[in-house]
Amino acid sequence: MAINFQLLPGLPSRSRLRMPVRFRMPSLLRNLGRAFGGSIRDLTPIVLVIAFFQIVVLRQAPDDLLTILGGLLCVAAGLTLFVAGLEMALFPLGESMANGFVQKGSLAALLTFAFALGFGATVAEPALIAICAEAAQVAAEAGIIAADPAASARYALELRYVVAFSVGLAIVIGVIRILKGWPIHYLIICGYILVVIMTAFAPPEIVSIAYDSGGVTTSTITVPMVTALGVGLASSIRGRNPMLDGFGLIAFASLTPMIFVMGYGMVAI
Amino acid sequence: MDWLASAFSTLLTTLRDVLPIVLVVVVFQFFVLRRGLANPARVLTGFAFVVLGIALFLIGLEAAIFPLGRGMAEQLIAQAAATAASGGWLMYGWIYLFAFAIGFSTTMAEPSLIAVAIKAGEISGGSVGVRGLRIAVALGVAIGISLGVYRIIYGLPIHWFIIAGYILVVIQTTLAPRKMVPLAYDSGGVTTSTVTVPLVAALGLGLAEAVPGRNPLIDGFGLIAFASLFPIISVLAYAQLSVYMAHRG
Repeated sequence: MAINFQLLPGLPSRSRLRMPVRFRMPSLLRNLGRAFGGSIRDLTPIVLVIAFFQIVVLRQAPDDLLTILGGLLCVAAGLTLFVAGLEMALFPLGESMANGFVQKGSLAALLTFAFALGFGATVAEPALIAICAEAAQVAAEAGIIAADPAASARYALELRYVVAFSVGLAIVIGVIRILKGWPIHYLIICGYILVVIMTAFAPPEIVSIAYDSGGVTTSTITVPMVTALGVGLASSIRGRNPMLDGFGLIAFASLTPMIFVMGYGMVAI
Repeated sequence: MDWLASAFSTLLTTLRDVLPIVLVVVVFQFFVLRRGLANPARVLTGFAFVVLGIALFLIGLEAAIFPLGRGMAEQLIAQAAATAASGGWLMYGWIYLFAFAIGFSTTMAEPSLIAVAIKAGEISGGSVGVRGLRIAVALGVAIGISLGVYRIIYGLPIHWFIIAGYILVVIQTTLAPRKMVPLAYDSGGVTTSTVTVPLVAALGLGLAEAVPGRNPLIDGFGLIAFASLFPIISVLAYAQLSVYMAHRG
């Protein structure tokens, strides 16, 4: 069954322009071409920085200019496809699912979805796996756990599940906030206070890794899905403003891992 | 054909990373919500674009930007360490500039930030500029990483910086326009994903190894935390500035 966004009263008028109903090839190609120019412009700062430091500071030419040029073109093409895919699939899908949950009216289904999205997106995240292994190494050096590979591996795996759980929980809390229309800053400030209190009690070795773990949990594909979920929910519920209530899910997802990693550092032996 | 094999393995890794999300979406869309896709051809093409786009992006980064960036970080650190014996923070000047420049430029190309900026531009009906938001976030990351580098060089405890940042965020929250607050909080989490983390982590660990008296395992981390906190401050400041400018006419 098709969902007609144009009949939804809550959606901003711009989204009509952004979601053409038919799928036309020539206009797609034209848009991709235009977007490619934008991606090249996005990469210009990186190229300038690298060129400046290579030529002015280090005074050397990079070894393989052709590979670098090819790599940069790959990056630009990748960015272009990603942005096109966002508008075609991730944004409309996330928003239509949010709308579907509201119409279905089942809170349990929505919250299960929110948890699964946060947990599933995080548990396999490569950056998280790397940081958990490092945390286990730190814990072993600090004598928090036994210094053998089996203990480290167990610590890293448990930590990974703890962080994934905390991100799932963050999306659930964030969704409840959108439904209730609570202002975001009270919850975030409570989270900050919790982080500060736990910093005083957590093993010092774990603190900077815990702080970093907040930043690594939100991957390239999770962010658009989660953003679309929040904005879609806020647009489908009467009395919610997409700008005021729709954003903020990512903020929770970067805060809870800090709290849970420090908590885990305090209880794990 | 070496690069072809590594390109293929990057594509497989990307598929594996995307798989959990696809599974969650499929299960809930078809078994819980029980409805088909509004426009299957478009959505499937879009998903293919996203996967292919992320894979191409990573392949290009691995080929061009990561080796170069890491190499430059190592060389700059070695240069600074060689001259640092004669003292002074000026010895590390190039490193601060590098940290600032690399933080700014990689954030401008960060895909998740582009996604959030596009959405914010759409929702606000254009009153939040996509480009302005991205520049504000990139400046925040640049300042954050430079401060983080300062912290590593002087071996200061991370939590004082983070707590001071939190206090600043709380004060700004009371002053900034309400509608911008959630977006500003979100912009902290989106800055650090594909491009920024590997380069910044290399810079932090390299510095902690090179500066005498630093332990890489303790002092090497924390740059990402700075890069996620300072964009909140810079975006709130950007929002305050826009209001101020609008009032002045």
